[in-house]
Amino acid sequence: MADATGMGGVVSDADEKAARRRAKRLKRFDSPWMNPKLLTGAGIIVGILLFGLLGRFLWDPELVFIGSAPLNLPPVGFENLRGEPGSPAHPLGTQSSGRDMLALMIVGAPNTLFIGVIASLIGMTIGILLGFSAGFIGGRTDDVIRVLSDVMITIPPLMVLIVFQTSIGEIGILMMGVLLSGFMWQSPTRLIRAQVLSMRQSGYVRMAKLSGASTFDIMFKEMLPNLVPYLFGSFIAIATTAIVTAVGLETLGLGPQRVPTLGRVIYEAIDSAALLRNMWWWWGIPTALLATMFVGLLLVNLGLDEVANPKLRKV
Amino acid sequence: MSNRSIAGVPLSYIGNRLFTFFLTVLIAASVIWIIPRLSPVDPAEAMLGRMAAGAGFVENADQILVDLRARFGLDEPLWKQYVVYLKNLMVFDFGVSVANFPTPVSQMLAAALPWTLGLMIFSVLIAFVIGNAAGAFMAWQETPRIWKIAIPAAMVFTSIPPILSGLLLMWLFAAQLEWFPLTGSYGLFETPGLNWEFILSVIRHGTLPALSIVVVTFGFWALGMRGLMTTVQSEDYVQLAKAKGLRPRYILYRYMIRNAILPQVTAFALKVGLLVTGQILVERIFSYNGMGKLIYDAILNQDFAVIQGASYIVILMTAASVLIVDLIYPFIDPRIRHGGGQ
Repeated sequence: MADATGMGGVVSDADEKAARRRAKRLKRFDSPWMNPKLLTGAGIIVGILLFGLLGRFLWDPELVFIGSAPLNLPPVGFENLRGEPGSPAHPLGTQSSGRDMLALMIVGAPNTLFIGVIASLIGMTIGILLGFSAGFIGGRTDDVIRVLSDVMITIPPLMVLIVFQTSIGEIGILMMGVLLSGFMWQSPTRLIRAQVLSMRQSGYVRMAKLSGASTFDIMFKEMLPNLVPYLFGSFIAIATTAIVTAVGLETLGLGPQRVPTLGRVIYEAIDSAALLRNMWWWWGIPTALLATMFVGLLLVNLGLDEVANPKLRKV
Repeated sequence: MSNRSIAGVPLSYIGNRLFTFFLTVLIAASVIWIIPRLSPVDPAEAMLGRMAAGAGFVENADQILVDLRARFGLDEPLWKQYVVYLKNLMVFDFGVSVANFPTPVSQMLAAALPWTLGLMIFSVLIAFVIGNAAGAFMAWQETPRIWKIAIPAAMVFTSIPPILSGLLLMWLFAAQLEWFPLTGSYGLFETPGLNWEFILSVIRHGTLPALSIVVVTFGFWALGMRGLMTTVQSEDYVQLAKAKGLRPRYILYRYMIRNAILPQVTAFALKVGLLVTGQILVERIFSYNGMGKLIYDAILNQDFAVIQGASYIVILMTAASVLIVDLIYPFIDPRIRHGGGQ
C-alpha cells in the first residue's frame, strides 16, 4: 500500500510516530503512579525538604541560637502586644529567647522529617526480613514472629519512650530515630507476612518453584516487586507514626534537646504561655508546618493506596 | 485444637487472645523495669541529692543511703527485685510518689484515671459515629454532590496529631473568642459531686479537648468505612434489594451500613494505642486532670515512680481494650463465629 502512494506513506509514517508519542505521553500520565493525590503529597514533602535544604544557604541558620535576634518580634505586617511592628530582618518573627522563627523552621523541619525517615527505614528493613521469614518458613518461626508483632503493636511507643527519656536522659536525633524504629516494624511485618502467604499460592510463584528458582530468588525477584506499592505505603505510614510520636515526646519537653525540632519549638511556646501572650506565630508556624507535612504524608499514602488497590481508582 | 466453644466461639481463640494479652503486659512491664536499670544514675543517690538540694547539708549521708536502698529494695539481687516488682504490679502497688511524698502512686492514678477514661469514651464514641456516617455517605451513590466534596475536604485533618488541633482550637475558642475555658477539667469554684453546676462545668471544660480529638480521628473511621462500603455495594444482596425496589435510604441503613460497620470495630484495636497517647498529650496542653497532666507533672518533678506507674496503667489500658474488642467481636459478627475462625 505504501508503494502505491509514496508521499502518503511518509506522511502517515510521521503521523503514526506522533500518535505513538502522544499515546506514550498519555500512558505515562495514565500510570497509576501519576495520580493527583500522590503527586500533590509528594510535592508538599519535597517542598518542605527543599525549604529546609535551600533555606540553609538563603537564610542564616546561626539565628537559631539563643539571643541571636531581638525578643518577641511578630512576623512582618503584624504587631505584638507591646505594639512593636515586625521587621523584615526576621520575617516570621522571633520568640522569647531571641531565636529567629524562620531559622528555627529551616533547621527544625528537616530534623523532624529525618527522625521519621530513620525510624521508618530501620523499621521497614526489620519488617521485610521478619515478614518474609514468617510467611516463607512458617511453623514455629511464624508463630513466634506473629505473636511478637501482635504483642508489640499494642504497646504505645510514647509511654516506653517517656520511661526511657526520664531515666536515661538526653538523646540525639539519630538515637531518637533508632529508638522509635523499635516500635515501627510490627505493621510492615504483618502486612508482608499476609501478602507473602497469599502470594505463595499464586501461579507465578509455583511456576518459579517448579523451575527450580532458589528461595532467595523467589522472595526478592518474584515476590518483592509485587509488594513495592505496599512497601512504599507502609514506609510512609510508619514514618508518619514515628513523626507523630516524636512530636508528642518533644511537646512533653523530652526528645532531642540540643537541636531544634518542630515539636521542641511548640513545647517552648506552650511552656512560655505563648497562647496567653498572644504570640501566635511562635506555636502557630511550627503547627502549620507540621500540619502541612502530615497532610502531605497522608496524600502520598492515599495515592499509594490507589496504586496498590485498583478498586479505589476513579474511572 | 479442641472443638469446645462458648456460644460458638472456639475456646482456642479465647485462649490465644488471653495469652497475647498477658504476654503484652508482661513484656511491657519488663521493658519499663529494665530501662531505668540501664541508667548510670543510682536512684538512692538521686533521692539523697534532692534532699541535700533542699536542706543544704545532710547529716549521716552514708547511713541514709543504706536506709534508702533497703527501703526501696535496691540492696536485693536483681532477680528478686524483678519478682517483687511483678508481684506489686498485680496489686497495683507502684510505691510512693517522691514529689507528693508519701502519697501512694496508685492513689494518684486512681484519681486521674476516671477523667482520662471519661474523655476517651466520649470522644471515641463521637468520632466513631461521625466518621462512619461520613464514610458511608462518601461511598453511597445517592449522596448529594456537596457532601461528596465536603467530607473528603474535612478529612485532610485525619493525619494531624490531636495536640496540634488542640492548640488551634484552644487559641481560637478559648484565648480569642473566650467561649470555652482555657485549661482545667472543672471550674475552680465548683464542688465536685452530682450537682448541675459541676456537671455543666465538666462538660464545658471537656468540650475543647474532646473536639480536638474528634476532628482529627473521625477521618480514620471514615476512610475505613468508605473502603468497606465500596465492597458491600457490589454484593448480591444489595443488588437484590435494589431490584426489589426498596427505598435507597432503607438499603443504606439496613443492608449496607449494618454489614460494613462490623470490621470497623476491629480497626479500633489497631488504633487504640495512638488514641490513648494522643489524648494524653491533649490533656497535657489543656491541663486536664487526667493521666496526661499527671505524667507531665511527674516528668517535671522527675517523679519516676509516678511515670512508671502511669506508663504501666496506660499500657494495661491499651492491651485491655484490644483484648475486649477481640473477645466481643465474634459475638457481634456471626460470620466469624460460623465461618471457621480464620
